[in-house]
Amino acid sequence: MILDKLLLISVVFAALWTVMTRSLLKAALGLAVTSALIAVILFRLDSPLAGVFELSVCAGLITAVFVSAISLMKPLTHKETIALSRARIKKYWPLPIIISAVILIFSASTVPTSIRVLPEAMEQNVQNVLWNSRSLDLFGQIVIVLAGVFGTVILFRESNKKP
Amino acid sequence: MIALIIVLFVAGLYCILVTRNLMRVLIGLELLTKAVTLLLIVAGYATGRQALAQAIVITLIMIEVVVIAVMAGVILSIFRHTGSLDASNVKNLKG
Amino acid sequence: MLSLLVLLPLLGIIILNLPLGHVMRRSAFVFAFGLFLIQIALAIFHYPGLLSSRLYVVKTFFNADFAFDHLSFIVLLSIGIVSLTSLVVGRYTIQNDNDRFNFINLLIIASIGMCGVVMVRDIFSLYVFLEVTAVSAFILIAFEKQKPALEGAFKYILMSAIATIMMLSAIALILLATGGMSFDTIRQAIFSSSNSFIVKLAVGLFVCGLFIKGGLVPFHGWLPDAYSQAPAAVSVLLAGIITKVSGIYTLIRLVTAVFGFTEGIKGALLLIGIVSMLFGAFAALTQNNFKRMLAYSSISQVGYIIAGLGTGVALGVIGAIFHFFNHAIFKSLLFVNAAAVEKQTGTIDMDKLGGLSERMPVTGATSLIGFLSTSGIPPLAGFWSKLMIIIALWMSGHRAYAVIAILTSVLTLAYLLTMQRKVFFGKLADSFKNIKEVEAGFAAAAIVLALLTIGVGVFFPLVFNFYLKAFIR
Repeated sequence: MILDKLLLISVVFAALWTVMTRSLLKAALGLAVTSALIAVILFRLDSPLAGVFELSVCAGLITAVFVSAISLMKPLTHKETIALSRARIKKYWPLPIIISAVILIFSASTVPTSIRVLPEAMEQNVQNVLWNSRSLDLFGQIVIVLAGVFGTVILFRESNKKP
Repeated sequence: MIALIIVLFVAGLYCILVTRNLMRVLIGLELLTKAVTLLLIVAGYATGRQALAQAIVITLIMIEVVVIAVMAGVILSIFRHTGSLDASNVKNLKG
Repeated sequence: MLSLLVLLPLLGIIILNLPLGHVMRRSAFVFAFGLFLIQIALAIFHYPGLLSSRLYVVKTFFNADFAFDHLSFIVLLSIGIVSLTSLVVGRYTIQNDNDRFNFINLLIIASIGMCGVVMVRDIFSLYVFLEVTAVSAFILIAFEKQKPALEGAFKYILMSAIATIMMLSAIALILLATGGMSFDTIRQAIFSSSNSFIVKLAVGLFVCGLFIKGGLVPFHGWLPDAYSQAPAAVSVLLAGIITKVSGIYTLIRLVTAVFGFTEGIKGALLLIGIVSMLFGAFAALTQNNFKRMLAYSSISQVGYIIAGLGTGVALGVIGAIFHFFNHAIFKSLLFVNAAAVEKQTGTIDMDKLGGLSERMPVTGATSLIGFLSTSGIPPLAGFWSKLMIIIALWMSGHRAYAVIAILTSVLTLAYLLTMQRKVFFGKLADSFKNIKEVEAGFAAAAIVLALLTIGVGVFFPLVFNFYLKAFIR
């Protein structure tokens, strides 16, 4: 129980840090940390497979994409960074206030675990569901990954001609 | 728990609306996606259909990776054209 | 058989991309051409099966049901026709061989996505295929990597991603409320518990997401930029079919078959439809850029479709679906002409163009037909569908809206006439004295579309008897 509460609070802080931190690289890292914490929450919610996926893909692959994209772009000069960070504080200070307000308003409600629609649905495991009844989604995934490959190759390649 | 989901939504939206840096928009979008992932799993947990919810979430994560990759590619190409990641670069088309 | 529509293209892409050297690259165009022809043929082939029963549910290789009914037929037909047109335009306007190969592959992927959207009976699979279509659209807009195109692509991606988040939240809420994902499950759940807050929130969120994808006011921010800056062939595809299948077809399908015509939905559809109509028409009046004007015109026409859907009466819905088809044809035609003008003269600024119909007679003539159909001039196809929508608006008591629709039609005529005059009639500018008409294949695409518009309009009584009547439940 206490572990769960701790988890929830740490996710809030991780998300807050991700949004408010100055450097882009730290924000990407913050995203990875948030993903990892959320994966743990998913494990606690009886969804191990989704948790594993979230951990490996989001905390791993997406962070890799971010970091590689960021490293391909040159960083700001020192002066620009300082000027930018002063402006940041002015823009971002409402966020923690809004978040605290939201938490106060909503912390009364909990997950309604009493809505159990079909008891026998708990017997299925994910592999069954994914392969048998949702194989169309798998097909969609294959196609979208194909499209993604095309997109990455086209967009990340250095173009030889100058427009 | 629901508070957490809403917090994530708010954080993500705020990030997208306030930032001037194109990559941060992507980060905000990612936060929103995490919020929806949690919402889906919570819905699955509450109705006892964890298997279905997990299948949905797995497909969703795959799709999101592709969208993020393409968006990062577009931002990278914009950077190569203009040399900066400022949002004022994408406000040129008017009318 | 229906699953061929998605399987065959995938097989094709795999074959096309095998490292067999240049052979595959050369044959890509022919392959894609054949593919889309097969798609049109399949759509027509399944049509007789509909005469016996209204819905044709097929258990496919995927353990999921594909459905095919009258609405699917017309949308599949539109997808095939517009994809074919876009392919032909792409052949002539994309110079680089490598780019063209990528374009064809992405076009095929987009086609897989759209066919999937049309045929599924499950809301999450619908989302998956919507994303497939969207991702291929993003890459298509950006693939020539010109700066304005990248800007348009970025805005589109952002708005589409926000729409995705809304739709996914709606799906999560639906899971919470109904425990299932298929259309039948959802429909039953909505009927039995229509007052539940969760259900209403879910429906509202999903519909808002679809409004963003369809480019309706006030969520149209991405549309003019994306349409006008995308490469020519991609604009044809976007305007003709992608936005419409993603947003409008999905709305029609969900509202008629799943969510039902509640007062809230009807009111929202009507309001947004009318506002889009007006806004699109007024904005189009002020444009100098040919393609941007056409983009705002698309917003306006889509407003008609949504308003027709929002009436909730059979005539309105039929009019909306018919206008969907007509819009695919005449808007594609207008964008093909814009592509031709851009290719031959190098500019789409209407103030700089003029008198082109002397040197480009085919383009000028087909453009004339295209714009007459858009404004709803009889006996062209656009007239009939607009008439049906206006009558439906009048009949269902929304007299003021019907009047607005008629006025918008006049506005449409005004701005399109201005376009025609500026671009095609008038004096020929000196720099353009030597331009020629576009190649035969390119012009053929425009001619075929123009003939379709004329044909559907002139033979309208036949069309109505054979096809549209079947919609009346």
